Amino acid sequence: MSEQIKIREPLLVELSSPGRRGVRFPESDVPPAALPAGLVREDLPLPELSEVDVVRHYTRLSQFNHAVDIDFYPLGSCTMKYNPKVNEDMARLPGFAHVHPLQPEETVQGALAVMYYLQEYLKEITGLAGVSLQPAAGAHGELTGVLIIRAYHRSRGDARRNKILVPDSAHGTNPASSAMSGMRVVEIPSDARGNIDLAKLKAECDDTLAGLMITNPNTLGLFEEHIEEVVQAVHEAGGLVYGDGANLNALLGVARFGDMGFDVVHLNLHKTFSTPHGGGGPGSGPVAVAEHLVDFLPGPIAEIVDHDPDDDTPVFGLVMPKRSIGRVKAFYGHFGVMVRALTYILTLGAEGLRQVAEDAVLNANYLRVMLQDTYHIPYNRLCKHEFVAEGRWEDAPGVRALDISKRLMDFGFHPPTNYFPLIVHEALMIEPTETESKRTLDAFIAAMKQIAREARENPQVLHEAPHTTPFGRVDEVKAARELVLTWFDWAK
Amino acid sequence: MYTPLTPDERQAMLQAIGVERIEDLFADVPARYRYPKLNLPPAMSEMEVTAEMQNLAEANLTVQDFITFLGAGAYHHYIPAAVDHILRRGEFYTAYTPYQPEVSQGTLHAIFEFQSLVCALTGMETANASMYDGATAVAEAVNMAYHVFRGKRPKAVLSSALHPQYLATVHTYYDASDREIVVPHEGDPTPGPDALIEAIDERTSLVMVQYPDFLGRVYDLSALAQAAHDKGALFGVAVNPLALGLLKPPGDFGADIVTAEGQPLGIPLSFGGPYLGLFATRKKYVRKMAGRIVGETVDTRGQRAYVLTLTAREQHIRRARATSNICTNNALMALAATVYLGLLGKDGLRKVAEINYHKAHYAAQRLASLEGYELAFPEVPFFNEFTLKTPLPVAEINRRLLDYGILGGYDLAQDFPHLDRHMLIAVTEMNSKDQIDLLASALDEIARDAAA
Repeated sequence: MSEQIKIREPLLVELSSPGRRGVRFPESDVPPAALPAGLVREDLPLPELSEVDVVRHYTRLSQFNHAVDIDFYPLGSCTMKYNPKVNEDMARLPGFAHVHPLQPEETVQGALAVMYYLQEYLKEITGLAGVSLQPAAGAHGELTGVLIIRAYHRSRGDARRNKILVPDSAHGTNPASSAMSGMRVVEIPSDARGNIDLAKLKAECDDTLAGLMITNPNTLGLFEEHIEEVVQAVHEAGGLVYGDGANLNALLGVARFGDMGFDVVHLNLHKTFSTPHGGGGPGSGPVAVAEHLVDFLPGPIAEIVDHDPDDDTPVFGLVMPKRSIGRVKAFYGHFGVMVRALTYILTLGAEGLRQVAEDAVLNANYLRVMLQDTYHIPYNRLCKHEFVAEGRWEDAPGVRALDISKRLMDFGFHPPTNYFPLIVHEALMIEPTETESKRTLDAFIAAMKQIAREARENPQVLHEAPHTTPFGRVDEVKAARELVLTWFDWAK
Repeated sequence: MYTPLTPDERQAMLQAIGVERIEDLFADVPARYRYPKLNLPPAMSEMEVTAEMQNLAEANLTVQDFITFLGAGAYHHYIPAAVDHILRRGEFYTAYTPYQPEVSQGTLHAIFEFQSLVCALTGMETANASMYDGATAVAEAVNMAYHVFRGKRPKAVLSSALHPQYLATVHTYYDASDREIVVPHEGDPTPGPDALIEAIDERTSLVMVQYPDFLGRVYDLSALAQAAHDKGALFGVAVNPLALGLLKPPGDFGADIVTAEGQPLGIPLSFGGPYLGLFATRKKYVRKMAGRIVGETVDTRGQRAYVLTLTAREQHIRRARATSNICTNNALMALAATVYLGLLGKDGLRKVAEINYHKAHYAAQRLASLEGYELAFPEVPFFNEFTLKTPLPVAEINRRLLDYGILGGYDLAQDFPHLDRHMLIAVTEMNSKDQIDLLASALDEIARDAAA
């Protein structure tokens, strides 16, 4: 490190002192065995710290983060809603946290019940026939869904179907997941109202079509107005419809993917069902499918395998679906995340879930309408859980969406999603979620309006933002050029 | 509850939007789909839901209720109290992926430390911010090697002694693609690593083994690494990271990719997840490595800072041309491992690894001396898990062991029918000498009862 660079918080390695210890283990109570000759490492270059060093270090670091627990986090398509505290406690109950995944099934009936009931409730919420909880995150669920689509076509001797259609408004993971499973990706443009261009879609609906990946509401926050025709066109060509459930928060209890004719969807428990994002995971991306795909689900999944002869209570077991694509990870999925999601569903019930969707959509439309005179909203119609504004004005040349985002930090808000979807210039994708009060929304509106004024009157304050955060803008070019990716890279 | 709007506020907001009723906001949803009746249990208060979930939790027996010798890819270890106290900070667990570095330095700084610690442990040069688990990390290794050779070497040679669920995951990912997944002796994990050498050729992009392998065995991997490199292939090793507190790191054998199931590093068993996939490689391959990567830089105020870097590899920019689709990973579990390694440090990790080693070896020696029991691989070194041949089917023994309050080892016949009467036994720092002695006397009694 050059000398003029200021260090706000040292790294573990800089806090280290030879001989310091953070944990003491009991002395071994067995006679020592000879260590394996030639297989013992010579050096273990880990830092040496005491517990207080470590706790203070990470507590200080935590204070550099913005988080839902601190303030508004309107990051579009990420559904940064409040994560209820009771969910955290439930996941840590010893009966859940300290269960080994390979224990005999009779000793884990409670854990299997958690999986079974969550599967059942997700089936009910999506209107679909089967659920596997195994995928670890949204993108993992997408990969799983595409593998299911491929397996379905192949099982019917229809191996030439290798084309997946993806709208240009889709999350970047959709095309990547399709490509990863050996599919050919064809992008379908959006029309002037932000819907899928129907004519272009129909032109691609031929006998090589494996399926369409559709996000509804899409990443513009808009409900696909021709959803019935879209699904019909794909089905008539022999393709399947994959629904990316990332935006399900808008439709909880309002409409179901299964009723719309979707064949397979993935859900994000870490978005819609309030499990925390953890700074980038763990998520959970269950996949739900219609009747004709149930046998292809990855497994094992939880099922009722018997009933207790005494009191008729169900006996749960793990079962591999008959023509399963196989497993997509070790064990059964992110069980700890499932416990949180189940707790959430039980807390809310059907009416509570509908309230979630209604308030999420109400909040988004309120923000949209209150900001539409200040910010250009290219697809300005009734939105669902989010909307996309442009972060630029003709009379404020030089101001970009990025400047607006950085300036928002000075008001204590996390910025919206920037530069996505790609079909909107200087996109600011705003998703307030249902857990925000009108007071918070009004404060955000006021901040956005002040920023719009500053863009004209004092753009410098935007270009130099943020001002009040512990760190200023960082040099991304330097990071990519020098590639210092560990503290061992310093020496080089 | 979790929706703070009051009826009056809702009304005022509807008015501002210019609609009458909340239902009007869903006018774009075709009427026949609107408002299905959901058959879900009625809403519960926090008190009720807590009782309900406690009931379910109490329907399980835990590794704390038993004396546990079950491992096979998930291990019962001590987790220092401070780990979960850090994880429970809302500033960490209620944050998103650190896209905005000015307000995410806590997460970014911790990931940089995680990457550094993973490299320290594995002997590699660069690591990503995590994968979902040990199985998917192996699948990503296969993918990375394929892309390093731009698809020109479609073949991956994988050891039959990789965890069977890792192999199953790799098959699910790639069996119907143009990758060739070759597993010599598949279905029989007993051959050692040199049994792979024959299968390596110029079409091979990756040779991958597990260390210790699924049966607990630890081999010197130098010859295999050399054989892979001779044919120009990459050499990958899936490790138990706790074992690396004691054992030679794969980097010393010439590994090009190291993956791991990070659960032993301070992550609770939690019925199989969320766990932590570790992924490390040589720096020359960093652009082919999937997942998030944090790099060091400075901010406009001259402060050292961290940021997600090399993002042009990722799917949000490259879309269908990205080599992997992973974005959300297991960051909070990576934080757990980081805090765990920070607390244990140089001395603590070596110490706990040695305790595991000594206890497992004491157990092996005790059990092998019992009538009817013997070690399956008495000549091969092991770390904290070993394979025991038993005089009765393992399922039967394990049923009997439950009566002693013992959760027995893994029944290898579940995956390998010819290994009936083979039990994979894990011994960790959580097992006292008394517990091991109890296991020995229980196994002895069970064998004698059967003989009588």
